[in-house]
This record gives sequence, structure tokens and C-alpha cells, in this order.
Amino acid sequence: MQVPAQVEYEKAASVADTLTLLERYGPVARILAGGHSLIPMMKLRLVHPEVLIDINGLSDLEYITVSPDGSSVSIGALTRHAGLLASDLVGEHFQILSDAERVIADAVVREWGTIGGSLCQADPSEDLSAAFAALKGSMIITGSGGAREVSAREFHTGPYETVVGPAEMLTEIRLPVHSGGRGTGTGSAYVKVSRRAGDWAVGAAGAWVRMAGGQIEDAGIGLAALGATHFVAAEAEEFLAGRDMSEDVLARAGQIAAENCHPPADQRGPADYKKHLAAELTARALRAAVTRARGRTA
Amino acid sequence: MKITVTVNGADYTRDVEPRMLLIHFLRDELGLTGSHWGCDTSNCGSCVAWLDETPVKSCTVLAVMASGRRVMTVEGLAVGGRLDPVQEAFAECHGLQCGFCTPGMMMTARWLLDNNPEPSEAEVREAIAGQVCRCTGYENIVQSVLKASSRTDLR
Repeated sequence: MQVPAQVEYEKAASVADTLTLLERYGPVARILAGGHSLIPMMKLRLVHPEVLIDINGLSDLEYITVSPDGSSVSIGALTRHAGLLASDLVGEHFQILSDAERVIADAVVREWGTIGGSLCQADPSEDLSAAFAALKGSMIITGSGGAREVSAREFHTGPYETVVGPAEMLTEIRLPVHSGGRGTGTGSAYVKVSRRAGDWAVGAAGAWVRMAGGQIEDAGIGLAALGATHFVAAEAEEFLAGRDMSEDVLARAGQIAAENCHPPADQRGPADYKKHLAAELTARALRAAVTRARGRTA
Repeated sequence: MKITVTVNGADYTRDVEPRMLLIHFLRDELGLTGSHWGCDTSNCGSCVAWLDETPVKSCTVLAVMASGRRVMTVEGLAVGGRLDPVQEAFAECHGLQCGFCTPGMMMTARWLLDNNPEPSEAEVREAIAGQVCRCTGYENIVQSVLKASSRTDLR
């Protein structure tokens, strides 16, 4: 029988209230959102919070909006996975997120699990961490002194660790809408290999590209579960920028991604198999992203 | 701490530890043993109940999170002694064998049909992808949900 250890419970009424409670209790407190990462971790005694601060009542943190000038999309941290999957705005601009959400956990878990909770859990296999890194997004972290913006590529400091301080909370994810000039188009995609429905990735890759005719102007590549620093295949991105699109170029980008990641061997597979996945999935994600970008050229 | 939860339309007030899981609240505090306690790891889905209008794996929420909210369990599906169309379809299509996964399957099926009254087979399979059945190979469960979706009296 798995039950969490004894814990106290507070229900927060607002962001300000949450921050007050975090300051009062200190590092022994943890924010409880959907609970679908935290409660299993508590059952396994992998985390031992003394106080849970329930933020499920903070409905003003559940939103997906586009900025007035159309240059960015903001996602409230309490947005549920199902909300991200159902969003037309997300489907239009960031197909990588729709692809990823279809293979994150299962339909029932996606109804409760939150985007902010997944990111703050900071599991090295977490799909959205890779997808937001590929999209070159940023995180808004709020404390009693105000909010600060951190690149998605600097958000994680290691497995299960982020830059969010003990008296801070993640409140929003912000994604740039990378629209280029006339004749350019953007596209993105996410591909994942897992052992069975709803499982963590054996390996996964997400890609975003901006195409100008046959040229890859800019690219973002995120890798999950593959031991990539900050979830990013930076060397492959550099290789791609400005190159003419070809199958050889995509394959080479995949090889570079594989050469620069360090996946652990575990029950999901040996390291060399995961390196193979890094190469193949990077190429596949790029191919799908390029196809989509060409279909959306302005 | 003292919580009040509306379960299948009735209010229940109990004094519980904050760490108590909703599945244990339903089964041990309220005696509603229709929701089954299975894997304990949010993988099997036999504990699915509704929190407000949404299905949840009740082994992965705390009872205190349900305070002030509505919960519906499989015991709440039948109304006035009349089975829900989903329950009748499971009976007609032999959508169960041992019955352990059945309450969770039916709660998710009912939610699917409320939001998508005419699902495709693929949509049914996606909805129950987080729920494990060790008897049926899923085929008869899928047929049951599709049968229920064809009922004109689906409320």
C-alpha cells in the first residue's frame, strides 16, 4: 500500500497568498497543482514535503492567450495538459506541443496534470521541457518582489531541479511566435518512442524550423530522456542554421545531436540504442517540421 | 482536518488526515467500494471517479483536494434504479469478465460520451488508454462504449 507520509495542507486563494505561505513555511513546503507527479513521488518517499500548498483554486493561472501584437503566446502555469492539447491557438502555432501532448501520460491524467507542475517536476524525460526548449520559450517566475523571465534553456539546473527559488512559483510560459518575413514559413513537430501507452519516453525529439524557400533559416531542437544538456541539441541547431534543406543535412543534424548527448543506460534501454534514437528521432522531427513549414509559407 | 465532499449528490463531512487519498476516503470512510483500488501508481485506472465533471485517478488525488467539490463514483451512474446506458451496454456486449477494471472503464466512458457523443473506435481507445484490463483484450470494452454511443436515450 502506497500512501504519502504525514503532511500539512494549505489551500491558497491567490498567487500572493501562495507566495506568503511559501515564505512562511520555507523550503519544507511544496506547491501542489495537479499532483500527478508530486503525489506519486511522495508515495515513493522520493520527496518529503512537510506542507502542501494547493493552488488548484487559482483559476486565473489557467489560460492560453496571444499578445496584442501577435508576437508571443502565453500559457498560464495551471493550464492542464488537456487544455494545451485542445487549444486551437496552440495547434495553429505550435504543432510540436499538440504532438507532444498526445503522447504525454493518458487522457485521464492529462485532465488533471498541469503544465507548470510538469516543468517544475523537472524529470529528465519530461516531454514539454524539450518542446519548450526547442521553441526557445521562456518561463515567468514570480516572487513577492515581482516577476522574472528565464529562458526555457536555463530553467532546469539538473534532474528534478530548477531555478525556481523556495519562495517563488512558476506562473507562466511564454513562447515566441516566430513569424519571418514574406516567403518564410515556420513549422514544428515532436516524435517520441516509448515502451507502452502513457509511459515516459525511451527517447524523444522535438524540432522547430523557419524555412525561406529551400533554406533552413533557423532551427530549434529539444531532446527528452536522452541526456542532452538543458534538453537542447545546440550543436545540431548551429549546423542547420542557413543550410539548404536536404535529406543528407537532416541526417547529419541527427548524427550531431547523437554525438553531443549522453543518455543513461537504464531499464528503458542501453545508451547506444538511445544514441541511435537521438539521431533518428531528431531527423524525423526535423523532416516533419520542414514539411509543415512549407505548408504554411506566407 | 475537516472536509465536506459531495459524493453522488450527498454531502459527507469527515475529519481526515491531509495525506489520505481520495480512493481510501471513498472506500474506507464512506464505504463506497465500487471504485477499485488497483495499482496505486495512476497506471491502471480502476480507481477512476469524477472530481466535478472530470475523471480522475482517485489514487493520485488527496481527499482534501476534493473538499467543497463534487465526486461521482460508479455507484452514482444508475439513477432511480435504472442503469446508465453505459452500464447496460457493458452488460449487453460482455464488456467485462472479472470486473475489476469495470468501474473505472465505465466512468471514463461516460465522460467521453458526455463530451463526444459519437466517438470513433480510435477515440474510444485513446480515452481508455490509461486503463488496464487483463481479461477482455479491450475489444468488448470498446464495443460496449460504441454500443452506448449509438443509444438514442443517452442522456
